[in-house]
Amino acid sequence: MSNWDWEVFFDAFPMIIQGLGITVGLTIACYIFALIFGFFWTVADRIPIKPIHWVIRWIMEFIRSTPPLVQLFFIFYAWPVVPYVGVALDPFTSAVIGLGLHYSTYISEVYRSGIEGVAPGQWEASTALNLSTKQKWMKVILPQAIPPTIPMLGNYLIIMFKEVPLASTIGVVGILHLANDYGAQYWRYLEPLTIVAILFLVLSYPSAILINKLEKKMNQRFNKKDVLEETKGAAI
Amino acid sequence: MAEVETASTQYTAANNAEPIVKYLDVHKSFGDVEVLKGINLEIKPAEKVAVIGPSGSGKTTIIRMLMTLEKPTSGKIIVDGNYLWHMEKDGKLVPANEKHLREVRGDIGMVFQHFNLFPHMTILENCMTAPIHVKKEDKQTAKQRSIEMLEKVGLGDKIDNYPSQLSGGQKQRVAMARALVMRPKVMLFDEVTSALDPELVGEVLEVIRDIAKEGEMAMVLVTHEMDFALDIADRVLFLDKGVIAEQGPPSEVIENPKNERLQNFLHRFRS
Repeated sequence: MSNWDWEVFFDAFPMIIQGLGITVGLTIACYIFALIFGFFWTVADRIPIKPIHWVIRWIMEFIRSTPPLVQLFFIFYAWPVVPYVGVALDPFTSAVIGLGLHYSTYISEVYRSGIEGVAPGQWEASTALNLSTKQKWMKVILPQAIPPTIPMLGNYLIIMFKEVPLASTIGVVGILHLANDYGAQYWRYLEPLTIVAILFLVLSYPSAILINKLEKKMNQRFNKKDVLEETKGAAI
Repeated sequence: MAEVETASTQYTAANNAEPIVKYLDVHKSFGDVEVLKGINLEIKPAEKVAVIGPSGSGKTTIIRMLMTLEKPTSGKIIVDGNYLWHMEKDGKLVPANEKHLREVRGDIGMVFQHFNLFPHMTILENCMTAPIHVKKEDKQTAKQRSIEMLEKVGLGDKIDNYPSQLSGGQKQRVAMARALVMRPKVMLFDEVTSALDPELVGEVLEVIRDIAKEGEMAMVLVTHEMDFALDIADRVLFLDKGVIAEQGPPSEVIENPKNERLQNFLHRFRS
């Protein structure tokens, strides 16, 4: 480690940490965007009209099958020159839309698995008790569908946090961008990039532990044996 | 069709009240498979009807259509004078919307093979939810009636437990209490003892017997418990290959069956 210089480390640290607000802020903005848009996909996917269903499925598949980096570049560089609908967006907004939209398709699958995880018998019992559609969702389905999705949603938060540095490629000045700038300026990359790695580790590792705990708690609360038993009853 | 006609005219109802439920030539297909091939059936208020038959004969489908869980392919069902799956609009019968279904199915209650209790609610909440939100009862009344009903099925000491803490027999008794607090005019039982361990069947049948004795509610039981059907039913329907192949008082249908397939069916059951 003859190249390691603590002086550089302490010189770069205060500069890089200034980008932490942007990195965390972008993560949260993307996440909220993905949570809301994911809900939109889930609802749209449940519209019982076949052509709409296909179109929605196809769009989701398209978004999922293209790399987020390509989507970011498209939104930032190509979108402004698209005739009629094209708009120029600042880097931060482009990143929120690009990454948020990409992850919304995954979040939507989480919602869907939550809803489909509720046993068919629960819908039937709600009908037999004559609950309205709204009451079915609010009193019976969602209270059972949401808890098991919380750990999965938490995992996506961490995954997104780690994807956010992609935004530095279109000029969002987060910690990676600042480290890169520092490296370019002083020709020292080892220390600044180590700082970036440490900052990511320090933030995502405790979050992962927290989510793990949450998952255990949810499993306990949401008695799995009982759910299995309820699921068996799908006879005609 | 001829077979159906004879089967339904053979039976003369003991009371002359207007039927609470009528099936008029009801058919039901799942994909290419026609499971019900023209059901004509009348159920009188307070009548106890047991439906028996081999698996796949469509017996569960009959009551699931009445609970609006399954839509008939053709034919009509009438509940207390109202079409269930149809409504009148500009003098024409059109398919019912959810609002109409909600109005008519309020008279029907159902107990399921797999209980279908709400696992995130306590026993008491399971019973109280529908009276409060559907019947708009005030919370205190709903709670009191639910507790009374749970006491009646022998679970007064379990009201704050969750379904996962109960045995199968207890769960099924909660499911009955939950359906009963809604005061249905017709109560449907879909093989309610089939998912239970043998030693728990008795306690559930006991509760059904008690409910039946009270009398005012019509009951339709899809069951494999022949002795039980013999005991509480006013009438037994034998369903075979999607039609009512034989019906009448249990003493005739179960003790002295005429239909050959019914004879075989009962024979298999007893051996």
